[in-house]
Amino acid sequence: MSTTAPGRAVGAPLDRIEGPQKVTGEAPYAYEHDVENPLYLYPLQSDIALGRVARIDASAAEGLPGVIAVISHQNAPQLADTRDKELAILQSDEVAFRGQYIGAVVAETFEIARHAADLVEVSYDEEQHDAAFGPDRDDLYTPDQLNAGFPTDTEEGDVEGALSSAAVTLDETYTTPLEHNNPMEPHTSIAFWEAGDLTLYESTQGAHAVRRTVARMFGLDRDRLRVVALHVGGGFGSKGLPHANTILAVMAAQVVEGSPIKFALTRQQMFSCVGYRTPTVQRIRLGADAEGHLTATSHDVVEQTARIKEFAEQTAYATRSMYATENRSTTHRLAALDVSVPSWMRAPGEAPGMYALEAAMDEMATKCGLDPIEFRVRNEPELDAETGLPYSSRNLVACLREGAERFGWEGRDPTPRTRREGRWLVGTGVASGTYPVFRLPGSRARIRSEGDGRYAVEIGAVDIGTGAWTALTQISADALDVGVEDIDLRIGDTELPSASVAGGSSGITVWGSAILEAARVFRERHGDDPSEGDTAEAGTPDNPETENYSMHAFGAYFVEARVDEDTGEVRVPRMTGVFAVGRVINAKTARSQFIGGMTMGLSMALHEESLLDPRFGHVLNHDFAEYHIPTNADVGEMDVTWIDEDDPYVNPMGSKGIGEIGIVGSPAAVANAVYHATGIRVRDLPITPDKLLR
Amino acid sequence: MDAEVTLKVDGTDYRFVVDTRTTLLDALRERLGITSPKKGCDHGQCGACTILLDGRRANSCLALAVAYDGSEIVTAEGLAQNGELHPMQRAFVEHDGYQCGYCTPGQIVSAVGMLEEVKAGWPSHVTGDLNVEEVVLDDDEIRERMSGNLCRCAAYANIVPAIREVSGR
Amino acid sequence: MRPYGYVRANDVQGAVATLAEAPNAAYLAGGTNLVDLMKLGVVQPDLLVDVRRLTLERVEDLDDGGLRIGAAVPNSDLAADRKIRTRYPALSEALLAGASGQLRNLATTGGNLLQRTRCVYWQDTTTPCNKREPGSGCSAIEGHNKHHAILGASAQCVATHPSDMAVALVALDAFVNVQGPDGGRRIPIEELHRLPGDEPQRDTTLEHGELVTSVDLPPLGFLSNSRYRKVRERASYAFALVSVAAALDVEDGVVRDVRIALGGVAHKPWRATKAEEALRGEPIGEANFRVAAEIELEDAEPLRDNAFKVPLARNVITRTLLDLSEER
Repeated sequence: MSTTAPGRAVGAPLDRIEGPQKVTGEAPYAYEHDVENPLYLYPLQSDIALGRVARIDASAAEGLPGVIAVISHQNAPQLADTRDKELAILQSDEVAFRGQYIGAVVAETFEIARHAADLVEVSYDEEQHDAAFGPDRDDLYTPDQLNAGFPTDTEEGDVEGALSSAAVTLDETYTTPLEHNNPMEPHTSIAFWEAGDLTLYESTQGAHAVRRTVARMFGLDRDRLRVVALHVGGGFGSKGLPHANTILAVMAAQVVEGSPIKFALTRQQMFSCVGYRTPTVQRIRLGADAEGHLTATSHDVVEQTARIKEFAEQTAYATRSMYATENRSTTHRLAALDVSVPSWMRAPGEAPGMYALEAAMDEMATKCGLDPIEFRVRNEPELDAETGLPYSSRNLVACLREGAERFGWEGRDPTPRTRREGRWLVGTGVASGTYPVFRLPGSRARIRSEGDGRYAVEIGAVDIGTGAWTALTQISADALDVGVEDIDLRIGDTELPSASVAGGSSGITVWGSAILEAARVFRERHGDDPSEGDTAEAGTPDNPETENYSMHAFGAYFVEARVDEDTGEVRVPRMTGVFAVGRVINAKTARSQFIGGMTMGLSMALHEESLLDPRFGHVLNHDFAEYHIPTNADVGEMDVTWIDEDDPYVNPMGSKGIGEIGIVGSPAAVANAVYHATGIRVRDLPITPDKLLR
Repeated sequence: MDAEVTLKVDGTDYRFVVDTRTTLLDALRERLGITSPKKGCDHGQCGACTILLDGRRANSCLALAVAYDGSEIVTAEGLAQNGELHPMQRAFVEHDGYQCGYCTPGQIVSAVGMLEEVKAGWPSHVTGDLNVEEVVLDDDEIRERMSGNLCRCAAYANIVPAIREVSGR
Repeated sequence: MRPYGYVRANDVQGAVATLAEAPNAAYLAGGTNLVDLMKLGVVQPDLLVDVRRLTLERVEDLDDGGLRIGAAVPNSDLAADRKIRTRYPALSEALLAGASGQLRNLATTGGNLLQRTRCVYWQDTTTPCNKREPGSGCSAIEGHNKHHAILGASAQCVATHPSDMAVALVALDAFVNVQGPDGGRRIPIEELHRLPGDEPQRDTTLEHGELVTSVDLPPLGFLSNSRYRKVRERASYAFALVSVAAALDVEDGVVRDVRIALGGVAHKPWRATKAEEALRGEPIGEANFRVAAEIELEDAEPLRDNAFKVPLARNVITRTLLDLSEER
């Protein structure tokens, strides 16, 4: 395979084509589509974490003027497929976690629905629940496999032997907290059922995935189900897999046929059942020889899942091949609790796992007496040790070197707690990151000539803020050898050809490849001067090179941290990120993806933590006042660049996907900088002031 | 309970009956179909609902419609005049001061309101000398003054230069 | 949120009379706290009496040389007021450290004083809380209590008061003027807010129907050497872990007078009278400031998650006083 010749559009820093609509607020998100005479849904959620709904008295609610229906397991539609216990709601009186949907009120206004929900009286047969996560439980189990199908445990060589004979060893445990994705736009549906046809305006990362799931669960013919997702206010993984809110909306639409049902989660409800990142407890053991070459790497992970449905985050996955070591082992153990189901959150696996690994590497570098960059360079592998394959391209060292120069790493005194500016202790830190080039199956693109040299390019992809509207337009323009102004891109609708979800940083790879293939077929069939209406369609071609090469993006992350000696407050005035991601489709939107990921990594290091009270089983800090994400004042100078990387194997565009690489190395870089500033090694995220007070 | 309210929104007068529980945010979005202010949290904790309310930036999600009868409101839709984007809107497009766009109308209206506050000489938490005559709007001032608008996509590092450009520095 | 009536009061007497007749009515000003709580179902008035523009909307000079702040003055106007900035900078700094620009434009002096705690268990109607339902228990004492009180708490309640402005006003020895069904009174601000004791459901000493009309600041010259320092978990738009409002009067290297109030540590802004006593007449300097802080914090009773507030408060008191002593 070779990559396309550099065209005119790909690579250019074009403004987002939907920009004017976004800055005027006219771009329609799910809730904002014009529908006639909508009704409003407010959910009923369980107050207990385990047991049964004993009795529901909806009489007061039903008696309220404007209330149309109160739905519960007593009268909800029976689902055709109930195997997915997260989604098969209202099929029994069973309660499996606190906050689970146990019903819904449908009313003429949002205010009436909300009030009526308060009037529904529910009593429970409560059972003793167990929501206390911890690494010392005696019921931890080994899942059959991890998320994305990765093997649970791996073992190469003799880790214990290598550790016992190593010149330098490290044995530390790192923890990351429960986290919630919290896109700015809550999960939202408008569901409209009329004469056997269902229309869903949905805030989702995958319109076709929603259609597939809803069709299966309700026993519907897919052709009678349309899902529209033109503009989505972020997802970060939480809208990648359909959640119970969608099922609830469709149920209500079925019950109140003929009226569109509007259901947007409150921010508080965003902490109940739309997925989250599991907390992790990660024990990392490293062994190295006297020259700082790693001889053993061991990464043992404990995390949680829901009792009703398993999700096993692939936390130690990156450790399997990040550095050159002969003796490696990784394990994952789960605690199944009476809690809601974890799901994808930006860089599942890599985000928490590389925090621990890269913090450990920093500690190990210190122990070996080596500069942390040199230590990593010394352990740069030739091949992907886990698969034995060569990398299609791996330029981590180049990223580290370039970053060091841009950031001003040279001459850094590694001694911690030696730099002061007024009351601020100042430190710097570095970390590496990697993210695989995923390919999700099931994307097709259709191209149609519209006459006058214009082309419609259709694919059911969704732009959740990634810039897909623009990037795919650029790819289409170059593929058809026309200007971007001659492309009419249509995405976000199941009436368009099927597309995989916007997840795993895979969008451009699979959607872009499908468009290129469709363009190739189009030209082959219709030539350079097509007639109006000429069409061609194609799916993402297989890439046999995936058998021959390990394909990953890489990044180097540099952070300056300041810690107030009196208070422990941490500020990060600057971050530098240097990335090796193949060809960048749009330089402007790519930078945004990188700064977004890096800031989310900063957030992971310093701010985010969902506090689950095991006595009750739900998250206490369920709003934006108490669940902290960075404000504008928390973010300083963000220096971002990428190196020229020509990878002819990954896909025809030569691109690697950039949505998640930004977060992967950032938390460790921040933690390492805080250590350098203070001499205090905090191994439990988030690093809040209380952990730095002396 | 219901009450009649009159609101001038983006230059147009509206008179309608509203539930006393309805916020300005929901009145705008659900009753008037003006969906540029967005509901991110409904509790004044994210700023996505920011409007100019009688000339000042405010969270429309905490303002009851009935309490602001007779008010004048400007939303992001209203900033654009005669089909031309407002300079702040143009700057956000140019600097890519957004990604998913959901917080964006609130950011833009907040920024416009913020610049007026600077003109009025209001200090901020980061203003070195509280008694300064004229506020110098450096990047730290922009960041602090815009901290009432959360952005999960974290477009902050692009929002700041967009605002800086419009402020004329 | 249950349905409720809404009336706009024409004058203070009318507002007070309306509330006196309606035991489940509430005053509405900026609404930034009340509407928040109504949506959560924590407070459920059946009548709102709008007083947003009813009381004084200005900052006025008083004959004694002090200032009168109208209850209806928005927080942003108060923070920007030139007289406040010059003569009572701790108050301006406290306001600017609170909330966001948008919220400060809506919030009023009166409403800010009367805002309720941010305790997550109080805000969540599904977890037991003695403040919401006396006798139901306190979920925080054995639960997540990182943001809870280290001083003045009781076995019933360990919540803290979240207002920055109120901490500054306590340090500045303000008076709160209220009008009620039984007439007007002038409350020293330290007596406005309560410690929880056996009645955690009562945040203030106000009777139902009493309306805050203004806040008076005394004409004390040295209050112009005051500041507010707030420690938060992020750089902005967050409640205090711990905060300090302080004013310092130094003559010949000796503390002639001092005022210190703490936020984030108790059910009310905490006036650090023990520290003040320990400092008056003593030479300035880090060692003395630290000793005074430690004296004040001697009675601190940390909970499982908030022991850090003791060294944090000690450090912030010390640092704030040092900064004030260096400015003169």
